[in-house]
Amino acid sequence: MAVPVSLTVNGRPVRIEVEPRTLLVEALRRDLNLTGTHVGCDTSQCGACVVHVNGRSVKSCTLLAVQAEGARVTTIEGLGSPDKLHALQAAFKRHHGLQCGYCTPGMIMSAADLLARNPRPTEHEVREGLEGNICRCTGYHNIVAAILSAAAELRGEKAHV
Amino acid sequence: MSEPVVGQRIERTEDLRFITGHGRYTDDVRRQGMLFAAIVRSTTPHARLAKIETTAARAVPGVVAVLTGADLAADKIGGLPCGWAVVNEDGSPMREPPHMALVQDRVRYVGDHVALVVAESRNAARDGAERVEVSYQELPVVVDPKAALAPGAPLLHEQAPGNLCTNWAIGDKAATEQAFKQAAHVVKLDLINNRLVANAIEPRSCIGEYDASTGEYTLTTASQNPHVIRLLVGAFVMGIPEHKFRVVAHDVGGGFGSKIYPYAEDVLVLWAARKLGRPVKWTADRSEAFLSDAQGRDHQTHAELALDANGKFLGLRVQTLANMGAYLSTFGPAVPTYLHGTLLAGCYTTPAIYCNVKCVFTNTTPVDAYRGAGRPEATYVIERIVDEAARALKIDPAEIRRRNFIRPEQFPYQTPVALQYDTGNYQATLDAGLKLAEYAGFAARRAESAKRGKLRGIGLAHYIEACGVAPSAIAGALGARAGLYEVATVRVNPTGSVTVLTGSHSHGQGHETTFAQLTADALGIPMASVEVVHGDTARIPFGMGTYGSRSLAVGGTALANALTKIVNKGRKIAAHLLEASEADIQFKDGRFLVAGTDRAKAFGEIALSAYVPHHYPIETLEPGLEETAYYDPKNFTFPAGLHVAEVEIDPETGVVELLAMTAADDFGKIVNPMIVDGQVHGGFAQGVGQALLENCVYDSSGQLLTGSFLDYCMPRAADLPSFKVTTECTPCTHNVLGVKGCGEAGAIGAPAAVMNAVMNALAPEGVKQLDMPATPHRVWSALKAARAARAA
Repeated sequence: MAVPVSLTVNGRPVRIEVEPRTLLVEALRRDLNLTGTHVGCDTSQCGACVVHVNGRSVKSCTLLAVQAEGARVTTIEGLGSPDKLHALQAAFKRHHGLQCGYCTPGMIMSAADLLARNPRPTEHEVREGLEGNICRCTGYHNIVAAILSAAAELRGEKAHV
Repeated sequence: MSEPVVGQRIERTEDLRFITGHGRYTDDVRRQGMLFAAIVRSTTPHARLAKIETTAARAVPGVVAVLTGADLAADKIGGLPCGWAVVNEDGSPMREPPHMALVQDRVRYVGDHVALVVAESRNAARDGAERVEVSYQELPVVVDPKAALAPGAPLLHEQAPGNLCTNWAIGDKAATEQAFKQAAHVVKLDLINNRLVANAIEPRSCIGEYDASTGEYTLTTASQNPHVIRLLVGAFVMGIPEHKFRVVAHDVGGGFGSKIYPYAEDVLVLWAARKLGRPVKWTADRSEAFLSDAQGRDHQTHAELALDANGKFLGLRVQTLANMGAYLSTFGPAVPTYLHGTLLAGCYTTPAIYCNVKCVFTNTTPVDAYRGAGRPEATYVIERIVDEAARALKIDPAEIRRRNFIRPEQFPYQTPVALQYDTGNYQATLDAGLKLAEYAGFAARRAESAKRGKLRGIGLAHYIEACGVAPSAIAGALGARAGLYEVATVRVNPTGSVTVLTGSHSHGQGHETTFAQLTADALGIPMASVEVVHGDTARIPFGMGTYGSRSLAVGGTALANALTKIVNKGRKIAAHLLEASEADIQFKDGRFLVAGTDRAKAFGEIALSAYVPHHYPIETLEPGLEETAYYDPKNFTFPAGLHVAEVEIDPETGVVELLAMTAADDFGKIVNPMIVDGQVHGGFAQGVGQALLENCVYDSSGQLLTGSFLDYCMPRAADLPSFKVTTECTPCTHNVLGVKGCGEAGAIGAPAAVMNAVMNALAPEGVKQLDMPATPHRVWSALKAARAARAA
């Protein structure tokens, strides 16, 4: 039996009907065609599915769509656009913080939350802060550099290259 | 004319879609009327199938079909082929048991494919799969290769007596025996190269389609080499000719080897799509990936090194048992033989080498190439035993390597294990790496750690790898069942933009950028005018795909050759337009000009003339400007370099903290240093993962204990330091770009470097040997045992 769910996704109100067991990530990908949010595991370990729910980062594979009723959801598609990149998106590109790109949306969404809570993180804090996100390609070196660079930029300092 | 871009740190073209969520991975693709498949997998490692009861599954709302091995056989679907025929030491062929996409009467590992459920939704397919009742008659199980070879061991395949796939050898056995007789010192070491799971973050996914109006099949799949999938699945399994079979691999979320091979699921979605007349998608969840993606490594090795009194290597003897798993995956038996035994000279002049490898079937997931594929295993054996020798002879680890290096003036160098290295300068990478790692200051750092009660260690590994696979004739002589050239087409469009079609495939390596850099410089046009297309057999003439660090060395060279053909044809057109002799036309900075004059035609003008041939040498030259090159390499390429690890161990907890990882690599010439650095970083993470964290474990009953990210320890950001990397350059001598390949290097040297660092820290405490991964429990236990032995 399908149940209705109302959400605000990337600033736009949406209403969908889903099976009660539908995960938020499934609803985003299947019902709203927002395929930038990925699924990389089934144990809430990899973080490829991270989105923001009411401003905080959430693994959208651990939340039922119905639990997000009424919530504001931001996905990677809503963080920035090709014409107007978010500072983190630009920094990931500038610092080669991605290779295959699959973990990248979740990584960027987690990083955005990290910087919102801690605008001036150390390298160590960035690494600890990424505990919930797995990247198999980059060895994290350039991801960390990208996040530190974006942090500086968001603080209004000159991004260090 | 644009500024030259080859050699520059150019930001990646492909990134924009990935950072904004607009990548197109297979599971993102949807088709009208698409069905979803779920696989019923064996829950037991070895059993006869007594009965498959499907009635309840068929009754689940939304389930459209439940198909079993009997249906598959009735439709005459063939088995998954092995791509490499290894020859035994006695000249007989390897044993090659059948490998059907759905089992016929027997399962051989947990995860084996029992039935296919197809339904209107993903959830309905999974609900249906849960309702399929399989009755198993359990058989005895064997998971360890040594046990599998023992008399009376449970037999997996009647076609492979004693569970032996191949008993292979390379090198001069008698000469090696003689070397050991003359040795002043012999060092022996038993090593386990732990089984790994590739774990690309995108799980495998595929969509099968059949168009009844044309008789064409389309497979959209997360693959590193769509043309190879088309060849193997089309010709050997499904009986679909190439012209009726399109394979598409859009964006692929990492591969590391695990997405080279045709898998049962590729076959099943095509078969089901044809049977049911609707597209069928299957996407693995992570649990299925752990069970069914081909795994890596899993060697047990006994190695012996003979040395003279001065620490010169005289001979190397290696005995390896390699676990193939339950069936042969595409390259399975090639990895521990031709990709491992042939690398055992390393960077050294060891004159006599003999290596024997037995590949063995067990009740585990099939094993195949994983980043490095055979070369990390070879490097691990050599570099660990070299360090053991240094310790035994009390020679500095850097010095013993230096004494045994092949010197620059010795190239080309013929090793005793088949390969001929074209070029290298190992002294240069050693020196650069030692400097960057501040090797000279290590003693002081160790003393400082000791003050805090910590054990500090430094470890070197000077690896070599054979990349750019491969010269087809050599590969064929070694049993490869395919050619290993690469293909590129350069299509200059009428208004001067360029489409590059490459048979290489990028699943993170950045071809859309590096191949565009090559094209931009060769034609003198901006990168923005170049589009690189890969991953579609309908658009790209042919190709062998991406593995073995071959994209740039083989695919890039094919592209360079196609670009040369374009320039040569452009020169003919320009000669006509400029009323000059072709011999007088120079191509420079994007312009064709008559030598010694200012008369010139821009590249765009030549392109337009080729498609609007009003003033054109039409009698002697076809219109159009599109060229294709097939490039078959003359030799492998031989990247090499030094990896240095520095660790600090807490003896109270056994925790190994990785303080620094340093690389000094020789990849030949470099197109994009930013991308090369990134490849080394990623390889490092996987190599460190193998050494300290990752381990794929089966219990003795054949159940996989490490079947999720909760149990299989993937490297995370806080497990790793920032890396220090640098490069030296001896250009490859046999491709026009002078490039060698860099994709696997990090994963090849790092495991040995880290373990040498761990042993460097632990040996003074009396620890004799430690296998990967050096987990806190293992390290703590080893220290405890060593201390107890001392006290006794």
